[in-house]
Amino acid sequence: MSATSPHAATQPLTMSGAEVVLRALKDQGVEVIFGYPGGAVLPIYDAIFQQNAIRHILVRHEQAAVHAAEGYARSTGKVGCVLVTSGPGATNAVTGLLDALMDSIPLVCLTGQVPTHLIGNDAFQEADTTGITRPATKHNYLVKRSEDVARVVHEAFHVARSGRPGPVVIDLPKDILINKAPYVEAPPATQPHRSYRPVTTPDMAQIRKAVALMKQAERPVIYAGGGVINSGPEASRLLGDFARLTGFPVTNTLMGLGAFPSQDPQFLGMLGMHGTYEANLVMHGCDVMLNMGARFDDRVTGKLSHFAPTAKKIHADIDPSSINKNVKVDVPIVGDAGQILAAMIQVWKEDSQPPMREALSAWWRQIDEWRGKNCLQYVQQGKIIKPQHAVKRLYEITRESGRETFITTEVGQHQMWAAQYFGFEKPNRWMTSGGLGTMGYGLPAAMGVQIAHPDALVIDIAGEASILMNIQEMATLCQYRLPVKVFILNNEYMGMVRQWQELLHGGRYSESYSAALPDFVKLAESFHGVGLRATEESQLDDVIREMLATDRPVIADICVAKDENCFPMIPSGAAHNEMILGPGQEGGVAGVTDEGKVLV
Amino acid sequence: MADDSGQFRSATIAVLVENEAGVLARVIGLFSGRGYNIESLTVAPVDEDRRLSRITVVTSGTEMVIEQIKAQLDRLVPVHKVSDLSLAGPHLVRELALIKVVGSGDHRVEALRLADAFRARVVDATTESFVFEMTGNAEKIDAFCALMRPIGLAEVSRTGAVAIVRGSSALTVQSHNG
Repeated sequence: MSATSPHAATQPLTMSGAEVVLRALKDQGVEVIFGYPGGAVLPIYDAIFQQNAIRHILVRHEQAAVHAAEGYARSTGKVGCVLVTSGPGATNAVTGLLDALMDSIPLVCLTGQVPTHLIGNDAFQEADTTGITRPATKHNYLVKRSEDVARVVHEAFHVARSGRPGPVVIDLPKDILINKAPYVEAPPATQPHRSYRPVTTPDMAQIRKAVALMKQAERPVIYAGGGVINSGPEASRLLGDFARLTGFPVTNTLMGLGAFPSQDPQFLGMLGMHGTYEANLVMHGCDVMLNMGARFDDRVTGKLSHFAPTAKKIHADIDPSSINKNVKVDVPIVGDAGQILAAMIQVWKEDSQPPMREALSAWWRQIDEWRGKNCLQYVQQGKIIKPQHAVKRLYEITRESGRETFITTEVGQHQMWAAQYFGFEKPNRWMTSGGLGTMGYGLPAAMGVQIAHPDALVIDIAGEASILMNIQEMATLCQYRLPVKVFILNNEYMGMVRQWQELLHGGRYSESYSAALPDFVKLAESFHGVGLRATEESQLDDVIREMLATDRPVIADICVAKDENCFPMIPSGAAHNEMILGPGQEGGVAGVTDEGKVLV
Repeated sequence: MADDSGQFRSATIAVLVENEAGVLARVIGLFSGRGYNIESLTVAPVDEDRRLSRITVVTSGTEMVIEQIKAQLDRLVPVHKVSDLSLAGPHLVRELALIKVVGSGDHRVEALRLADAFRARVVDATTESFVFEMTGNAEKIDAFCALMRPIGLAEVSRTGAVAIVRGSSALTVQSHNG
């Protein structure tokens, strides 16, 4: 099984387990590791001290280490790497691990563990880390033999990055780190794993079935998700090629933003609960749907029994368990999004049957009519800054600057406004916690992005409530001189909670007011960053420009309208064609049944 | 779940896994975490060098749920193969039970007579008790226990189902460069 040479056993071992870990990380291409030291991982920190190949970034909380690694991974396509200690170090990392699992982000997280002879004794800082993280990871390992250290590290990286990517934990008892251990090279890529062999190459018969369906489509849609981005930039390029070849409209999920250029005339915007009117009506009315690397999430489908009632559904996904999980589909295709798109392009070109050009033109006329609703319009008048306007101006001014821009977000209204009003032309530029919805994600994720792209503009679009969940990372930003910009849409409410309370709970704003907020300008200054504030519309552009021009960590406190709601909105339990477009239509929510109310 | 108005069915699923620490916890955690039923579950190493274990799990659900269970099992890293024996054609299902009956007088005679009819073997006897060993499908063991209850059924230990497909086809792992 292992690649150990017959001589290895007889040669004296010179490396400690910790040194073997670092060597394996280096061989796996790790350049940076986000972590926080503690007793159980001191041997690894000692080994880090004695080498220069891998840079360590000291975070201020283990959750932030994982989110930072997520930001690094999502903006580069590489595997993010985390190092935390046993017990509370590992439990603090759990939220980040589950976040990465839900959003299919490749990570390897090394956790310290008490020495093997103490495992199970309730030792100091002991936790059953593999037990706790089992449902929060793609896979995990507890290394109990020195000869397994190198093999497990190599395997963990393979598992994390292949198939549907995800987080992998390696739990390393302290004695294993201190004792001498043999190093083995990573097995060659051609050598398959004993049991884990994800399918990446699609079945051509299924591709032909899908193309035949699409050739006959009169009202088609391509619904593309994070799977396209995870496949690599080539898949996004092929998605563009396929869209141009077919003339089909394209909508992206929250995770898929950037997979298709926002400026492209075939782009309908995001779909789902806060998606555009045109995207959701296209989903509702289509006759052929190509789901490319998305998972029919409840935020996307709305009421399942009314989801795309007339559509033949093609579902391309690298994870067979995503297919037929929520929505029964007609043509399942298992494989890598890039390979599937390449195959579809080839078969589409070979197939002599012409597409339904006239029907497609009629479909586009219908779509243009829906677009005419201009569902994202808002009225900015007077001094009070509309949050939508703040994001829109941020987008326009960063675009004018021409700089390479990466956006992260926290979770809530600001996240949806960012998704709606900030356009992305390329993949890997948009980092948001989609599946788990983790408040506190954006600031550490931005940190990881900035580490990977030191010269780029990295902005965390935040809310005043979310930002406080990992605000301690301002210290990390300042320590490493990472010029991340935190753009807070401050409405003094947990806005999405307030919105749901307004619409569904009789306006009883139970515990959703952000009382006793800090002065964010002084807060930034206290962390040796720069604080800016805009309280009136006339100040907005100047603050944004000053923020972009500042080569240091910045918090921009944008005081926005306090009671703005995020629209369009599909109320919970409703169908795509029961969307509320804006204020004045909230009556539409009155019809939400108790069945709808139980949904989150 | 959409379009899942289908009938409930029972499924007997065989899972070949790496015989490593934590693999059973992964399988059980998957069932409890995703709200699937486990009606019975058995596990033991099955190959010469004890590197492979075979888990037999009996579950139930709609067709869509059972498909999901198989897909979720199959994506666990240490899982080699998942086979739905209920769909694989004719197959044998067996369970082993040890059944303790306590009583005296006529009850003892009746217990032995029923055991004989069910082909249960006496594997332990005292002047006031028997332990019977029987194999069969779950219904047969249920029936035997039901008959023994008025006679003095005291304790039952059952293995849960193990199962195998009839005929020459065999569930094995793909060749590996082990």
